[in-house]
Amino acid sequence: MRRRLLATGVLFVFAAASGGCRGAQSALNPHGPEARELAWLFWFFLAILAAVWFAVVAALLFALIRRRFPVREHSMTRIVGALVGATAIILLVLTGLSYRTQSQLYGQEVTAPVTIHLTGHQWWWEIEYESSNPSQTFTTANEIHVPLNRQIRLKLTSSDVIHSFWVPTVFGKMDLIPGVKNEIRFTVDKPGVLRGQCAEFCGFQHAHMSLLLIAEDPATFAKWRNSQLRSRLPPASSEGEKIFLGKPCATCHTIRGTPAGGRFGPDLTHFGSRKTIAAGTLLLTRGAIAGWIVDPQSTKPGANMPAVDLTPQETLALTDYLEGLR
Amino acid sequence: MILTASVLAVGCEREDRIFRTPPGEIPAPPRVQVTSLSPGPAPAPSEPGRKYQRNAYQLSQGKQLFRVMNCNGCHSTGGGGMGPALMNDHWIYGSSIENIFSTIRDGRPNGMPSFRNRATTEQIWQLAAYVRSVAALVPRDAAPGRDDGLWTRPAENRLPRTHPDNGGNAAAADWRD
Repeated sequence: MRRRLLATGVLFVFAAASGGCRGAQSALNPHGPEARELAWLFWFFLAILAAVWFAVVAALLFALIRRRFPVREHSMTRIVGALVGATAIILLVLTGLSYRTQSQLYGQEVTAPVTIHLTGHQWWWEIEYESSNPSQTFTTANEIHVPLNRQIRLKLTSSDVIHSFWVPTVFGKMDLIPGVKNEIRFTVDKPGVLRGQCAEFCGFQHAHMSLLLIAEDPATFAKWRNSQLRSRLPPASSEGEKIFLGKPCATCHTIRGTPAGGRFGPDLTHFGSRKTIAAGTLLLTRGAIAGWIVDPQSTKPGANMPAVDLTPQETLALTDYLEGLR
Repeated sequence: MILTASVLAVGCEREDRIFRTPPGEIPAPPRVQVTSLSPGPAPAPSEPGRKYQRNAYQLSQGKQLFRVMNCNGCHSTGGGGMGPALMNDHWIYGSSIENIFSTIRDGRPNGMPSFRNRATTEQIWQLAAYVRSVAALVPRDAAPGRDDGLWTRPAENRLPRTHPDNGGNAAAADWRD
């Protein structure tokens, strides 16, 4: 009976733990060499520490059952001395391994990378693709696309408070600090839609500040990049655009190809091509867009997006327009 | 002990942070005739005017908008530049929050643009409240105490209080009204 209970318990713990090994936001589901290094470090630490823990518990049980240790004082001293030595060696080895991984992760050479500036805002991510040719740079938000098997160089900074970039499937955490440029370099070698989240408490909507990192083959990436470089395509009906430009929307948002050039909110030039809105808070659907425009503060209280007074007809036209920005 | 606890308890819930205002429900002062002669009729003190300038959250949102909407492009951080200074006692178009609301929404001659349809009613109230804090006309415990950029003057909650000298026939208003 007891053995079955124990087996069930162990199974349950393993099932719960392995649930974290899959998924788009798990450090144990590595999608690149750096993340694989970190995952390996985790499993190695886990194995060593588990072995130590089992040894300690076994010794404890042995002591409980035997009550009296059948050895003399001075051999006891020798055993304790040996165990202290073993502990010191294990700690040194583990420390050395984590230093080695750290220097591998942060000491990479720069090889013709895709360079992306990531700026943290309360509560969304501004993404700017850098290029030596100014006509090849563009700005987007909350969705990073990267090509497979090519070094990605992320330059991180913030416009207000400290945020932290963390896409566990590709790299560890790195802070975004106002006035400071941090940099990380990594490679993604497995395609996927990966999720990341702000990992430093940054205000009311910290929990609703996530981003997607989409790793795709170089051809798809090039196609995406070219489509993002374009100005917005002329909309089917000009009504929605007129409303966008005539209302406070244009004060904070940019839509390239129109006079709207605000820099305070996310760039909406290709808004309809993204998977989510409001920094990963809602999936991009017609209903979500309309709901977000009409009442952003019930979805994301405290966000800087104000509720704009619109008639139902205006809301529908604006929703159509935004959805069509692909 | 009980006294300390009750004193501490008073400090809780100092103010409400109201994020969500149902659309179309924030009253605004009537539209003014934009002439260079007068700031318009003396506006009646309004409920949002009273509330916004006593609320630290609304004031700090106003402070953020002051930069985002490029008010500082002309008024600097309150010391003025291309536009008039906001931190002195001289108010051409009235110092009450309702006057300032009208100034922002409808614009004024000689350069002040209208922000009608460029900012929501709520944002204009936040901005108007913040403009008053630059002249230290709001309660000190609500005025912003920090700055995102370099300091060019003491924080709004440490500025010396001014005594508004209103232009035209605008009523001198006070947050204590």
